[in-house]
Amino acid sequence: MEKTSHLLLYRKMQLVRQFEETVAEISKSGEMYGTTHLATGQEAAEVGVISVLSDSDFVVSNHRGHGHLLLKGACMITLFAELLGREGGICKGRGGSMHLLDFAHNNVGENGVVGGGIPIATGVALSQKLQKTNAVTVCFFGDGATNSGAFHEALNFAAVQKLPIVFVCENNQYGMSTPIAQSVKIQNLAARALAYGICGERVDGNDLLAVKKSAEFAVRGAQNGEPSLLVLETYRSHGHSRSDDGSLRDQAEVAKWGKRDPIRRFENVLMREGVSEEEIKAVEVEVKAEVEAALNAARAQSAPRGAEKYVFSEGRV
Amino acid sequence: MRKTTFRGAIRAALDFTLSEDKKAFLIGEDIGAYGGAFKVTEGLYEKYGSERVIDTPVSENAIVGGAVGAAVSGMRPIAEIMFSDFLTVCADQLINQAAKLSYMSGGQTSVPLVVRAPSGTGGNAASQQSQSLEGLFAGVAGLKVVMPSDAYTAYGLLRAAVKDDNPVLFLEPKSLYGDEGEIEDGDYTLAIDKARVAIAGSDVSVITYGAMTKCAFRAARTLKNRGISVGVLDLVSLSPLDRGAIIDFAKKTGRVVIAHEANKSFGIGAEVAATICESEALCSLKKPILRVCGLDTPIPFARELEAESRPNEEKLISAIEEIMK
Repeated sequence: MEKTSHLLLYRKMQLVRQFEETVAEISKSGEMYGTTHLATGQEAAEVGVISVLSDSDFVVSNHRGHGHLLLKGACMITLFAELLGREGGICKGRGGSMHLLDFAHNNVGENGVVGGGIPIATGVALSQKLQKTNAVTVCFFGDGATNSGAFHEALNFAAVQKLPIVFVCENNQYGMSTPIAQSVKIQNLAARALAYGICGERVDGNDLLAVKKSAEFAVRGAQNGEPSLLVLETYRSHGHSRSDDGSLRDQAEVAKWGKRDPIRRFENVLMREGVSEEEIKAVEVEVKAEVEAALNAARAQSAPRGAEKYVFSEGRV
Repeated sequence: MRKTTFRGAIRAALDFTLSEDKKAFLIGEDIGAYGGAFKVTEGLYEKYGSERVIDTPVSENAIVGGAVGAAVSGMRPIAEIMFSDFLTVCADQLINQAAKLSYMSGGQTSVPLVVRAPSGTGGNAASQQSQSLEGLFAGVAGLKVVMPSDAYTAYGLLRAAVKDDNPVLFLEPKSLYGDEGEIEDGDYTLAIDKARVAIAGSDVSVITYGAMTKCAFRAARTLKNRGISVGVLDLVSLSPLDRGAIIDFAKKTGRVVIAHEANKSFGIGAEVAATICESEALCSLKKPILRVCGLDTPIPFARELEAESRPNEEKLISAIEEIMK
């Protein structure tokens, strides 16, 4: 039973990894234009949190959110189509890599403004409280966003309103090119939660099962009107975006985190549980084929027309 | 019709909305028991409670961002920002978020949000609490910007704004709050994309909105006695702008004076003038268009300086007489 569920989690991590690496390829080759922000190396954080949510729960993402979208249920073909600027894209070619939104799966979307989604997530949680649903909102952001005013305003507001929300900081150690130690005086970002009177927990974000356990706890708290801050320590193996190859980084640091790759680490867990190398490899191969097929399906789609569409919704007046 | 103040009309529209639509709620600073900085929400907290009239910390990002999040997940929030000047503090949420979510998502969501904010001079609050920033926001695609000019338009426009599925910035000229006016006995709405011919005139077309509409009425009355027939078009909605009405109104007299409280440069008036100049109305102009607007200065404190920097009835009358020469 555990073996099966763990293999499913592993498959999800592979799915995100293969998706991101495929995006890296088509971005590098020039097939995909515009900017893109990859989260390769952060899969345990993404899968660990989203796997504990139900369909009715909400996710609010940040600019590095391909994985959040995929894991919450977005169709991979429509994601690729969006990245390629096609009419069949999830946002009909109006959003692109940095503005993916998927309301059909309660994903309120990515954001091109660091910290911009955090107050919105708080509003989604307020809405659930007012409508008396049991849905929890999970708000993802990076370490960089914790220095934005929006972060402080939103956490404080969520605390005083006792909102059903989990603030998840994926601390990938860099805000664009700036190392976290240059941006923040404290080492434990979870300590910031204390300032708002909510719980904060710092977790090894590359340890899938540790993330999952903490996320389960945080979601239960949120359901009882106790918002919290979860800080997942992780590392992005790519640079910030298409225009940053990460060459400013200390290579020893890159190597150190390379040894803590969440996928390799979870493979060790699986093998200890009796999963064979062949079974693991089979998942990787299968996912690779799935991602490739999705990309090809997206490639076949046409370019969108009509830039003036969707500026306004049909008013009720 | 029933008598009420401009403030009372807004309150009545909020009250009716809260009673009629369970998805609607108010959110803002000191709008609860205190009744709002300008007492617009007075009594609503007592009537609807803390879940429908939500007092917040001094956190404009959390207020408008929270309202955006609620709007895309089933609610119809009405946020109050204490002074329109403070909209700059949460400009990200209005400009980058609220105004973009429908578009960026390819029409997956709507953002039924109203942000109310007192605007302009009134109360001698000087540079950081007296600005008229409508031009700034009217230039943002995806955002609607409306500005009532009296109790009647305030009620109808606000009711239209809360029913609209798009983000609407509802700017309240604070110098009008105490003005008496009339609203209809029952509920009503005014179309958000329609200007209102307030007075028909045959000599000069004054195109205006907000607090200057009142000045235009007075000017028209004064000038009528001097034999000049002044028409007044109240734009009511700044974005979308009723370009057709502007063109027709300009053509009626061929003499156009544009008046608004906001600074002259890069303002709504420039857009109105450009609308006329890009249309066949240009050919019917007998004189160049004139603008009577605020000076391009921050709003000063001293009474005399504030008066110098703002447009008023006298300045408008001078401009109308000038264009009649």
